[in-house]
Amino acid sequence: MAKRVLMRGNEVIAEAAIRAGCQCYFAYPITPQAELLEHMARNMPRLGRTFVQAESEVAAISMVHGASAAGVRTMTSSSSPGISLKMEGISYLAGSSLPAVIVNVVRGGPGLGNIAPAQCDYFQATKGGGHGDYHMIVLAPSTVPEAGELTMLAFELADRYRTPVMILADGMLGQMMEPVLLPDPVDPAALPAKPWAATGAKGREPNIILSFDLDPEGLRRMNLELQARYRTIREKEVRHEETETEDAEIVIAAHGTVARIAKSVVRMARAEGIRLGLFRPITVWPFPYEPLRALSSRVETVLTVEMSAGQMWEDVRLAVAERAKTPFYGELGGVVPTPKGILREVKRHVG
Amino acid sequence: MERSVIIAGFGGQGVILAGKILAQAGMDHGLEVTWLPSYGPEMRGGTANCTVVLSEEPVGSPIVDEPSALIALNLPSLDKFEPIVVSGGTILVNSSLVDRGVSRRDVRAFTLPLNALAAKVGSPRSLNMAALGAYLKASGAIPLDVARQAMTHALESEGKGKTVAANVQALEEGYNAVP
Repeated sequence: MAKRVLMRGNEVIAEAAIRAGCQCYFAYPITPQAELLEHMARNMPRLGRTFVQAESEVAAISMVHGASAAGVRTMTSSSSPGISLKMEGISYLAGSSLPAVIVNVVRGGPGLGNIAPAQCDYFQATKGGGHGDYHMIVLAPSTVPEAGELTMLAFELADRYRTPVMILADGMLGQMMEPVLLPDPVDPAALPAKPWAATGAKGREPNIILSFDLDPEGLRRMNLELQARYRTIREKEVRHEETETEDAEIVIAAHGTVARIAKSVVRMARAEGIRLGLFRPITVWPFPYEPLRALSSRVETVLTVEMSAGQMWEDVRLAVAERAKTPFYGELGGVVPTPKGILREVKRHVG
Repeated sequence: MERSVIIAGFGGQGVILAGKILAQAGMDHGLEVTWLPSYGPEMRGGTANCTVVLSEEPVGSPIVDEPSALIALNLPSLDKFEPIVVSGGTILVNSSLVDRGVSRRDVRAFTLPLNALAAKVGSPRSLNMAALGAYLKASGAIPLDVARQAMTHALESEGKGKTVAANVQALEEGYNAVP
């Protein structure tokens, strides 16, 4: 029987990537995701797979482009400033319809910021970041075990939709340890074939992978095809979790680390007779607009709590519109909201 | 029930490792656990700390406003965290380095010369394990033999197998120092 092991979030993401059949990993070190790169450095060569500590973040994402075009599962990881550098490459991946997994262990920003946990890269992850009309699927794990599960899922979704997928974590999730049951490894040989990959054109027509079309009609068709794929993703891949929302008068909307802190707040509030629930997007793109819209017509208040100045809040307000009050509580610069701090905010908005 | 412990001291006193072993022992004992290190600038020369939560239920917040216990290995740690320990909680102070007692009257206070206890078994650097032993006795959170095994495993997997015997002695010394 599988045994629980105590591991850091960063290590679990790395190990899950290995078990998902990631053949090539490229990255440049940065805190607070260093343990992810270290786990890959220790294990990828031993497994006969490719580990490259690139000369820069831009080089790493470009190596991911190449590996993905060659048809293998591939990943890069970094933290906020490093992800900014990768944005050009992510746009190229999206434009080329190339699957890849990108991990952002978010830290305080903007600029060099600091190395403390933050959620201030939500806009960058969900609304673009790179140029052009593209989206990534963005998965926001809340616990260390879930970070592993969503990393496995990220590779699957990337291949299925030929799109970059981001794991949006934060410094706290990366650094903390929790027991996990590691997922069973997938058999790389059993994965669906990639007939589009540039694997050598002997005996067939060449596969050409480009994010480039000088002819506006051609580029328009490429964009329409991307948009059609995004529609399918919006229809099929929205994921969220609700906790104690059945009888709730007020719900917290939060993702990632803040959502798990909010779970403690739900218990504390309930012990005091406050009917508090939690709405947690697991995919922050596509955002669970419909489930939140449905919930918002049953509650008085949807309180968004984030480690940002109110980035996910915009999506919450789009979903809720005028159906409920939509106050906001955010902490900035790497400060993590505590259970008591969140409960204080909840109390300001009930009764 | 949910127990939360802040282990704090100077960098190099082994608070991070003591916390890892506590978390590992908690998991081996069948509990849900989280281990959260301070990894910011305080790691560089100042005070280091980690927070361990042990619970029968899945752990929500890994950060705690009011820990049920504090292990203060130096004075800055006692000064910083004494005020936030929950009323009725436990504070364990390393009197080898801290020249004051616990000022609060609404907590259980244990004042133990951890450096001296570790030195007594010939392993002065094992004061973190003495602290862990004392916490286990004071809290009753996890049986001593579970922690002993977790510690042995942790040290061996970090290539420090040679230090197991001394650390086990320090763990037991700390455990037995609590009445």
